[in-house]
Amino acid sequence: MSGPAIGPMTAPQHAAPLDALSFRDRRRRISSRVWLALTGVAAALTVLPLLLIFFHLLRAGLGSLNPEFFTSVPAPVGQPGGGVGNGVLGTFLLVGLAGAMGLPVAIGAGVYLAEAEGGPMANGIRFITDVMNGIPSIVIGIFVWAWVVVAMGGFSAFAGGVALAIMLLPMVTRTTEEMVRLVPREMKEGALALGFTRWRTTLGVVLPAARSGILTGVLIALARIAGETAPLLFTAFGNPFWSAGLGEPIAALPVQIFQYAISPFEEQHKQAWAASLLLIALVLAMNLAARFLIRSPYRSR
Amino acid sequence: MQDTTVQAPVQRAPALPLNDAAMPTETPTQAPAELAIRADDFSFWYGGTRALNDITLEMPQKQVTALIGPSGCGKSTFLRSINRMNDLIPGIRHDGDITLRGESVYRTGLDVVQLRKRVGMVFQKSNPFPKSIYENVAYGARVNGLAKGRRALDDLVEHSLKQAALWDEVSDRLDRSALGLSGGQQQRLCIARALAVQPEVLLMDEPASALDPIATQKIEELIYELKDQYTIVIVTHNMQQAARVSDYTAFFYMGSLVEMGRTNTLFTNPREERTEAYITGRFG
Repeated sequence: MSGPAIGPMTAPQHAAPLDALSFRDRRRRISSRVWLALTGVAAALTVLPLLLIFFHLLRAGLGSLNPEFFTSVPAPVGQPGGGVGNGVLGTFLLVGLAGAMGLPVAIGAGVYLAEAEGGPMANGIRFITDVMNGIPSIVIGIFVWAWVVVAMGGFSAFAGGVALAIMLLPMVTRTTEEMVRLVPREMKEGALALGFTRWRTTLGVVLPAARSGILTGVLIALARIAGETAPLLFTAFGNPFWSAGLGEPIAALPVQIFQYAISPFEEQHKQAWAASLLLIALVLAMNLAARFLIRSPYRSR
Repeated sequence: MQDTTVQAPVQRAPALPLNDAAMPTETPTQAPAELAIRADDFSFWYGGTRALNDITLEMPQKQVTALIGPSGCGKSTFLRSINRMNDLIPGIRHDGDITLRGESVYRTGLDVVQLRKRVGMVFQKSNPFPKSIYENVAYGARVNGLAKGRRALDDLVEHSLKQAALWDEVSDRLDRSALGLSGGQQQRLCIARALAVQPEVLLMDEPASALDPIATQKIEELIYELKDQYTIVIVTHNMQQAARVSDYTAFFYMGSLVEMGRTNTLFTNPREERTEAYITGRFG
């Protein structure tokens, strides 16, 4: 226990001073700084497009924003004014429909994948959801046209909701799985050790613990599908009038932007810019909500 | 540090004749009247790796049994075999049997939910639910239908928190998040949560290893209080702790039970050389 007493210490004489840098030391230091700076530039370039988009939309679209723009339907071609109120309503309705149809399935599937871990069934489903995530959205639109629109005899909000729900499925399934997996195993064991069934453990302990992560994923996915155009072209189709019936074609902001943008009229181009600004504001708002609103009251300190 | 005459601070009456002289693989000739847990040639495999070799031992009721041994010796595996927490792990296999008051916990058709209601568990890392303090204790009791009505539940929560020596510290903030408690308080909350389900046996997997000395002392005092009512099995890396809190000690080494006996005897006069080497700090 008691080693030799520690006496006064002297520095060894051979050590070089700390600030004496050789050529090699300097080269290493410079190279480190250069690479760090390059990654910083890359990070800046990543966010640059969003800033540019936002800046451009503000310049091109802000002028056309007025109360009428939010509350009225498009004006007949050639007339000034009009708005995209029906598109805003339609987008909310379509996203709501897709959520109502897709979220219960996606969250259930995510929980299943997390619980079943490496089983062959789970691996198969996981692979298929990854493939689904990569299916071009226009293909989903065509598929829903063939199976829903044709069967129902016409374009409808319902068909649009189905198309968006299909897009939603793989995204929310995988984020739910990831979030459920992040719940510490100890917490799950704590519930099982109290004599909970697996179902009760999942519903009462695991899902609440993963709640904020799952909700964040849900909001991001909803924001993502809110901006989709291609799956709606052959399903919801678009509608220049107010419509809230599930069986009728319905307007949607992205579809309206598309139709205005390809039209030859200057007035409609302006409306397309303004609608784009509105759409990106909606999407940003949802992303911000995902970030700030959803905080579990029982997160740790 | 290396004093082999470690004495438990409290003098215990020799309540049960668990045979000290018997070899571990040998069943005591007279089975104690109040036997809580018994393992018969219990072996356990994770995939192809054998973690436990033919463990045979008996644990008496309302006593504290400590499982000690170096890391990887199988003591936690054995503990988790008692309430079948290992069932969650894919690729496991066992042989032999463990009985709880004469009933096999591995018999086919047994509902592990029923088993785990009778055998509570406290983990190394405190794992309160992300809910309020009240809800942490009440949840298990409510799910298992142990308290009817709000009043009965309130009473049960209070009683359990008092049993876990936590009531005085949290009675004015039962609706606050359990995650705001200190590590030691969280661990006592987990004990209260387990007690609220009214188990007979309490398994503790290194319950104080992540706590500071003062919180550890509280948990140890608690164990001493609780053994009046519960059979307690505690896994610990800390031999002083085993000596302080337990009545019986089982020394595991490389998946085998080397020696089991009264704690006083095992620590002062071990039969096996390996036990002596371990408890005197020469290996492990």
